Amino acid sequence: MTHELIIMSETTTSNKVTNFIKNLDVSSADFQQRAAERLGELDFPTTRDEYWKYTRLGKLTKLELSKFADPDKLNLTKHIISNDYIVVVNGFVREDLSQFSKLDFEIDFLGSDRMAKEHYFDKNLNKKDVFSSINSAFFEKVISIKVGANKINKGPLQIIYVSKGDQIISNTRLYIEAGKSSQSEIIQTFISKESTDSFTNHVTEAYVSENSHLKINKAQLEEGSNSIISTEQVHQERNSVFKINTITLSGALVRNNINISVTGENCETFMNGAVITKDNEVVDNHTFVDHQVPNCMSDENYKYVLGGKSTGVFNGRVVVQKDAQVINAYQNNGNILLSDYAKINSKPELEIYADDVKCSHGSTTGQLDDEAIFYLQARGISKENAKKLLVRAFIGEVIESFENEHFENYINEQLAEIHDWRN
Amino acid sequence: MSKTLLDIKNLHAEIEEEGKAILKGLSLTVKAGEVHAIMGPNGAGKSTLASVVSGKDGYEITEGSIEMDGADILELDPDERAKEGLFLAFQYPVEIPGVSNINFLRTALNEIKEYRGEEQISAKDFMAMVREKSSIVELDPKLASRSVNEGFSGGEKKRNEIFQMAMLEPKVAILDETDSGLDIDALRIVAAGVNKLKNENNAVILITHYQRLLDYIVPDFVHVLADGKIVKTGDKTLALELEEKGYDWLNAEA
Repeated sequence: MTHELIIMSETTTSNKVTNFIKNLDVSSADFQQRAAERLGELDFPTTRDEYWKYTRLGKLTKLELSKFADPDKLNLTKHIISNDYIVVVNGFVREDLSQFSKLDFEIDFLGSDRMAKEHYFDKNLNKKDVFSSINSAFFEKVISIKVGANKINKGPLQIIYVSKGDQIISNTRLYIEAGKSSQSEIIQTFISKESTDSFTNHVTEAYVSENSHLKINKAQLEEGSNSIISTEQVHQERNSVFKINTITLSGALVRNNINISVTGENCETFMNGAVITKDNEVVDNHTFVDHQVPNCMSDENYKYVLGGKSTGVFNGRVVVQKDAQVINAYQNNGNILLSDYAKINSKPELEIYADDVKCSHGSTTGQLDDEAIFYLQARGISKENAKKLLVRAFIGEVIESFENEHFENYINEQLAEIHDWRN
Repeated sequence: MSKTLLDIKNLHAEIEEEGKAILKGLSLTVKAGEVHAIMGPNGAGKSTLASVVSGKDGYEITEGSIEMDGADILELDPDERAKEGLFLAFQYPVEIPGVSNINFLRTALNEIKEYRGEEQISAKDFMAMVREKSSIVELDPKLASRSVNEGFSGGEKKRNEIFQMAMLEPKVAILDETDSGLDIDALRIVAAGVNKLKNENNAVILITHYQRLLDYIVPDFVHVLADGKIVKTGDKTLALELEEKGYDWLNAEA
C-alpha cells in the first residue's frame, strides 16, 4: 500500500506539466516538436524556487485548459486606441477583426518553420523556463514586426489580445525587430470577453538595434479568474533606448518577467509599472536588467496600490558586469496598502561587479495619508473620492511615463470601469 | 435679526484613544455677518474646537450639540459639513504631491454643487473664477495649478487656504491660526482677502494667539477659551487687554 502511494506521488510530480498540456496538440513543425520534448524534462516552479518564492502556481497549473479558435465577431471599439491594430483571440490572429497598413511596420503572421530561420528568434529565451517553453511548443502564429532602418512611426501599432470562453489557454508570441535608427511604439492590451479560468501565456522577444528607440505600453486588464504570465526578452544594442510601461488593473494571477540584456554602450533603459488591485489578485513583476557594457543607464519605477486581499510582488534585479563601468542604475518601488489584508513583497537585487557605478534603489510601503484625506474632505470631497485622488496622484508619474495621450485616456476609462473611478 | 449660522451648545469632546477631555462645555453662537475671534493660551482647546466642528476623526463628542443653519451636523462626515457650507482654513495646510490645486478644487466645487442640486461648473467659468479669486489673495495663478501646497512657502500656503475659501464661498469659515508664521506683508494680504470675502450672509471665526491679526480683521466678538470652555466674551477691546495682561488675570478673576 505504502509502496503504491510513493509511486503515485512520483508520477504526479513528473507529469504535472504533461498533465497541464494534455489537451493541446503539437504542430508537426520541428521547432515546436523540440520545444514539446523539452517540456517532458521540466516541472512547474514552486515557492521553494527563489524566482517564484512569493507566487503560488497551484491554482493555475491545476486548470484543464484547451485551445479554442473562436470565430465570433467581437465589438472591441472601446479598446481600440490606434489607427493600426491587430486583434488576437485566444492566441489566434484574427485578420478579419484587424486593421493596419504595412507602410510603417513590416507585419507578418508566421509559423515556427518560417520563424526558426530568423537569426534572433528564440535565441535568448531561457530554455529551462517552463512557461516560455510551453509557449514555444504551442503558439499558433508569431506576430512578427519589423521596423525598417530609419523609419519613424507616427502612430503606434496596437495589439489587442482577447481571451474568450472558459478554461482557454492562449499562447501568444510577439517578435519585434526595431531596425537601426528607427523609432516606434507598440501598445499591447490584454482583455477578456465572457471568459473565466483562462490563461494567457505570452512571450515577447524584442531586438532593439543601434540608435533605435522602442517603446512598449502594456495594459493588463483580464478580468476575474483569468491569469497572465508574460515574458519579455529584450536585447539592446549600442545607443538604443528601450522603454516598457506595464499597467495591471485586474486578473487572478498576473506575472511579468522582463529580461533586458544591454549589450551596447550608451543605452538607456526605462521600466515603469503601476498595479491597482481590489480583490484577491496576485500581481508579480520580476524585472532583470543585465548591464554587460559600460556607459549605460537604467531607470525603473514601479508603484502598487493594493486593496482587498490582494498580493503584490516586486523583484527588481540589476546586474552590472565586471567591466561595465560608469553605469547609472536607478530603481524605485512604492506601495500603498489600502486594506489590512493586502500584502506586498518587495525585493531589490543589485549585483554589482564593476567599481565605477552609481546605483540606487528605494522601496517604501505605507498607507494613504489620513491628514491629506481629511484635508480634501474638509473641502467637500467625499472620502471615497479623496482616496481615489490620492491614489491617482501616487501612480501619476507612472501614467505620465506612457507618453501617449490615447493610452492614458484609455487607462483612465478602464480605471472608471474596473475600479469605479471618476476622473 | 440676522440668522444663526453656527450654534454650539455645551460641547464636550475628548480624544478618542486617550479618553482625555479637551472641550468641557463650550457654547458659542455665531450669526450671519459676524466675525468672532477665539483666543486663549496653548492647550486650551482652540484647535480641537476647529477639528471637532469640521468633523475630524479621533474625537468623541460626549455631550452637547453643533448646529449649522438650524441643522444638526454632528452625524455628518467632514465633506458633508463642507457641502453644508463649513470651511476650515488649516493651521498647517497639508502638502499633497501629485494632486493639482485646481483639479481638486474643481472636483470639490462640483461635488458641492451636485450635493446642492446645482449645475456643474464649466471649465471656462471655472478658470475665470480661479483668476478672479486668486487675485483676492494675490496668489500667483501658477501656484493655483501646482500640486496642493507642494513647495509653497508658509505665506503661500496660508494664502492658498484663503484662495480656496474664496472659491468655495462658505457660510461659516473657521480660520485656525491663519496668522501664525506670516510676516506682516503676508498677514496684511491674507486679512485683506478675508475682509473682501466677508459679508452679511456669512460668518468668520478667527482662532488666534495674537492680537495683531485683529488689527486687520476687526472682530465683533472676542472670546477667551481656557480649559475647554469660553470663560469670557467681550468686544475687540478684550483682545487688547489680553495682549497687555496675558491670560493669567482671567484665572485670578475666575
